[in-house]
Amino acid sequence: MTNIKVFRNIIDKIIEKLFTISGAVTSITILLITLFLFKEGIGLFHTPEVERGYKVFVNSQNGVEELSSLKLKEIFDSEITNWRDVGGKDLDIKIFRIDDVFRLYSESEFGENYELLPQKLNEIISKEDGIIAFLPIQYAPESPDVKELLSKNINAKDYFFGKEWIPTATPAPLFGVLPLVLGTLLVSIMALVMAVPLGLGVAIYLSELAGENQRKLMKPIIELLAGIPSVVYGFFGLVVIVPFVQKTLQIPVGETAFTGSVVLAIMSLPTIISVAEDAMRNTPRSMREASLALGATKWQTVYKVIIPYAKSGISAAVVLGIGRAIGETMAVMMVTGNAAVIPVSIFESVRTIPATIAAELGEAPTGDAHYQALFLLGCILFVFTMIISISAEFISKKQYNKAS
Amino acid sequence: MSKKVNQIIAFTIFRIFGLLVVAILFGILGFIVFNGIKVVNWEFLTTFPKDGMTSGGIFPAIVGTFYLIIGSLIFAFPLGVMSAIYTNEYAGNSWIVKFIRIMTNNLASIPSIVFGLFGMSLFVNKLNFGDSILAGSLTLGLLTLPLIIRTTEEALKAVPDGYRTGSYALGATKLQTIKRVVLPTAFPNIITGLILSVGRVSGETAPILFTAAAYFLPKLPSGIFDQVMALPYHLYVLATNGTDLEASRPMAYGTALVLIVIVLIVNLLASFLRGKLEKNKKNT
Repeated sequence: MTNIKVFRNIIDKIIEKLFTISGAVTSITILLITLFLFKEGIGLFHTPEVERGYKVFVNSQNGVEELSSLKLKEIFDSEITNWRDVGGKDLDIKIFRIDDVFRLYSESEFGENYELLPQKLNEIISKEDGIIAFLPIQYAPESPDVKELLSKNINAKDYFFGKEWIPTATPAPLFGVLPLVLGTLLVSIMALVMAVPLGLGVAIYLSELAGENQRKLMKPIIELLAGIPSVVYGFFGLVVIVPFVQKTLQIPVGETAFTGSVVLAIMSLPTIISVAEDAMRNTPRSMREASLALGATKWQTVYKVIIPYAKSGISAAVVLGIGRAIGETMAVMMVTGNAAVIPVSIFESVRTIPATIAAELGEAPTGDAHYQALFLLGCILFVFTMIISISAEFISKKQYNKAS
Repeated sequence: MSKKVNQIIAFTIFRIFGLLVVAILFGILGFIVFNGIKVVNWEFLTTFPKDGMTSGGIFPAIVGTFYLIIGSLIFAFPLGVMSAIYTNEYAGNSWIVKFIRIMTNNLASIPSIVFGLFGMSLFVNKLNFGDSILAGSLTLGLLTLPLIIRTTEEALKAVPDGYRTGSYALGATKLQTIKRVVLPTAFPNIITGLILSVGRVSGETAPILFTAAAYFLPKLPSGIFDQVMALPYHLYVLATNGTDLEASRPMAYGTALVLIVIVLIVNLLASFLRGKLEKNKKNT
């Protein structure tokens, strides 16, 4: 009998310990997310700029010692054609890729396992003063006539302030997140410009004008709007809003920043409405009545008393709306067209941070620079939303303090 | 006089806004139901996709989503409920609770694609689960944790303190009180949280992109380390990168309708339970 009791006591203690441990689960999750995201992402700055497994070689007579990834890209895109433009001699640049070797020699000249290939490459490079060769490491020629261009690691400045996002560029991919950050901000802010007035209007309607029955009708509708999966919004945007925008504005493609922000506006409405409505309903009855007793109309009471009183709650609503918009992935990816360029007009295609991650991670090999760059994008997103969530918390606490 | 006119103008605008929101919802629902209803029938729900996903059904996607729902909730529901019990019943009102609450809110605000990245890094790569039901379920479970914790906390708060003190007065321990009194009373509300998470899990795409979802599978998964097809991802595939976009449109409408119906059922159930609970509260 007592044995069973002791056993039960132990079980109870264990259960209570489990409660305590579970209490920490969200904190631990956040900690783990931070840890893993940054661990994968930060590795980018320890990764060489030139594609993994490759190196860039020049003739040893060449005065240039190193090239940035942007310059490399411009050279290989034939935008820079003279060594003078990158600090070298006045000499035409001759681009050489590994495939080009087969135009100069026949397959049989490389030996059975290509063991003579490095030697041939050496010949080519040492003969040509202006050559720049992009070669796999295993065929790298080793001789005093050939000089390897120093390859720096990708640096933070190029990442955070780079204006071009071309992860597939050879020999050196370009990871400049500026177009993605600007695209995200553009789409989110435009969505807010549409959603905030509409959402606040509905919040005022719900908290001040609607009767009990109308409220009972509207509440589930707003919950339903919040419950529709984002991929369904995206699909709806793709088959309805995209063609509509394209036709009415007479533009070549309907997948634009504007389209994305319309979809996002609809998606962030429920958040804005419910948070703002809560704040407005919290206005003490006595304040409303005092205002009405002074002869103010109901509308005057709304904008002179209730809105100022609920100011912090309303700000929290706006901030949370931004949070929702910035992190939205699927819907935005499906309707914005995903062109990774710095947006110049709202009627052009843009690409947001979450859409980039979703679209590209599948193709990026684990541990590769591209993979790390995408994880770092995740870190940026994570930091953005953390700041937003904490400031919303802070703002609504102000409201709460006022109420008590 | 102009005061009155201003008021009429302003309030009319707000009423129109209210109507507009209703119109948006019914516009979206109506459009999907109208287009989807032509496709959805028994065969659509119970057969595999055929002819490069331009005909046939969505059976494997339904099964996959079902597995993911079960998998994520097996893991997240007990954990979430226990976490809420800790904060509400044990921790009092200390700084720990405040901290946990802030963390829960923060977790809720993290974008779903970030969960996807995390799931890929930890479950798929580090723990070597691969793209699998297990990895996807764990990722989705973490995503829905804040929702479960929050609804459970609300539910526990709604239990009158008199019940607890009454139970203590009869000599029950804290744990007994929680097991026999608090949890049974809060149960319907806790279930509401569970139902809402079913809705959330069934609609999320971004977290499973790199942790579980497959473009097309000719067979149903046979274990927790297999990849699955899932409804939201299937809709994404059909809408944007199927083999023949025009021809797979009807399939996409059908899939969207199934997703919408799940969300509708979830919301109706939740509000039904909530309404019932409020009635109970009024009676007592």
